[in-house]
Amino acid sequence: MTIHEFLAPPAVACQRTGPHDQIVMSSRVRLARNLRKHPFPSWAKKPDRIRVLETVQPAVESLPQLAPHFAAAMDDLSALDKQILVERHLISREHAAKGSGSGLVVNQEETLCLMINEEDHLRMQALRPGLQIKACWQAIDALDSALETRLEFAFSPELGYLTACPTNLGTGIRVSAMLHLPGLVLAEEITRIINAANKLNFAVRGLYGEGTEALGNVFQVSNQMTLGESEAQIIERISKALNQIIEEEENARLLLLEKKSKIVFNHIGRAYGILANAHTITSKETMNLLSLLRLGGELGLFEKLDRSLTDELFLLTQPAHLQQQHTEKLGAEERDILRATMIRARLRPVPRPQAPE
Amino acid sequence: MLCNACKQNEAKVHLTKIVGDKMQKVDLCEDCSKEKGVDDPTSYSDLLLGMSAPPAEAEAEPAAEPGAKCPTCGYSQADFKKAGRFGCSECYATFGEGLEGMLKTMHKGTRHTGKIPAALQQSRAEAQKLKLLQKRLDKAITEENFEEAAQLRDEIKRLK
Repeated sequence: MTIHEFLAPPAVACQRTGPHDQIVMSSRVRLARNLRKHPFPSWAKKPDRIRVLETVQPAVESLPQLAPHFAAAMDDLSALDKQILVERHLISREHAAKGSGSGLVVNQEETLCLMINEEDHLRMQALRPGLQIKACWQAIDALDSALETRLEFAFSPELGYLTACPTNLGTGIRVSAMLHLPGLVLAEEITRIINAANKLNFAVRGLYGEGTEALGNVFQVSNQMTLGESEAQIIERISKALNQIIEEEENARLLLLEKKSKIVFNHIGRAYGILANAHTITSKETMNLLSLLRLGGELGLFEKLDRSLTDELFLLTQPAHLQQQHTEKLGAEERDILRATMIRARLRPVPRPQAPE
Repeated sequence: MLCNACKQNEAKVHLTKIVGDKMQKVDLCEDCSKEKGVDDPTSYSDLLLGMSAPPAEAEAEPAAEPGAKCPTCGYSQADFKKAGRFGCSECYATFGEGLEGMLKTMHKGTRHTGKIPAALQQSRAEAQKLKLLQKRLDKAITEENFEEAAQLRDEIKRLK
């Protein structure tokens, strides 16, 4: 079975809902773990990495909570498959670049996904739609507890779980939420929010994590400190910050409607105009305009626009997902044309936005 | 975004530096970044080690001898400087001295207070219980409370 046959198609995946999902697209908790005495992946030679993969993968696959799951060695996946996994936020861009000696195990619901030999021997993540940090932590904590009876993790009583990079030392936990913040961007409040989050030692990154742009007004907020605080304390602290950001985004939207409604309607109307009529469009422009369409849907400007449609288009219009719908190899220009054609077709049943006069 | 230096080419290198609570941002094209010497990734791990910070913080550097290598994986101090990552879990013991200064700049504290593997926690709890019983035994003996002492001695024997 291929990864595409295994995973739910985007149309189905985008139907998944969760608390606060008008602003929080997804929540994630990941833990970094390593085996004792084996060199970390970036320092290990190929036979060492293969040995670790051959130890970790069967242990992971034997866990009942992962069933049914899909497992593959990274060198068995095509470049396109890997890119699709990145676009679905199941693996990091760093992991997509890996070949022999690295692996992946993901369950069918896409709620648990483990990267083997990424920066650490094991990076296990729990994912949920909407704001569900605690549920993610409980799921990954249980998975980790089940695994530690099968694998011997590197742990020091003083320093906690030992990781390749000292920035992950201790709990090895990275808690993050993907936030859609068009209100704060339009109100030009986003820099203030990012600075405030940074002051609290949270990182704010773009759509695909470290070093990426905030395309489509999507931001990832995550903890940076992993040592000297317990997992519960870290989760408590970031949950507080996330709730504050959600409130700020809600307030920004209300204030925009009250004070600058023409500007907001103008942005949304133009976004619809371009998306519904363009004959060639880049993926970057698409994401930024789809973000405005999503906002328009939430503000009640569209009669027939389900959030699952904008979210599905957000995924389907990205380069690898677009390529996957076509058998022949596409160049960038052809992709832009096919992307525009698909969006026009999908928006045909959606009447133009009706803004109150 | 255009390069800050030549203002002609697309900026490809984005450098953010935070000193105290001030953030400085520079966006450069590839040519200008090479010219200014900011394309060298090792400078980032230097930042990580606090090397670029004022000399007063130079002690943040791990204090192992420059030629020291990890006996388990052969990783060296120079490798760490270059990559900002360790070679294996034993490296934390090898290069452990002086690590604390670096950890202080990265984290809330320098001691782990989170989850402990269940197997370890159990043995730790047992060790603690043993210690407590031993203390009570010593006290019972000094107080010449021999009946209790005998009981405690048996309990300790069972745990061991």
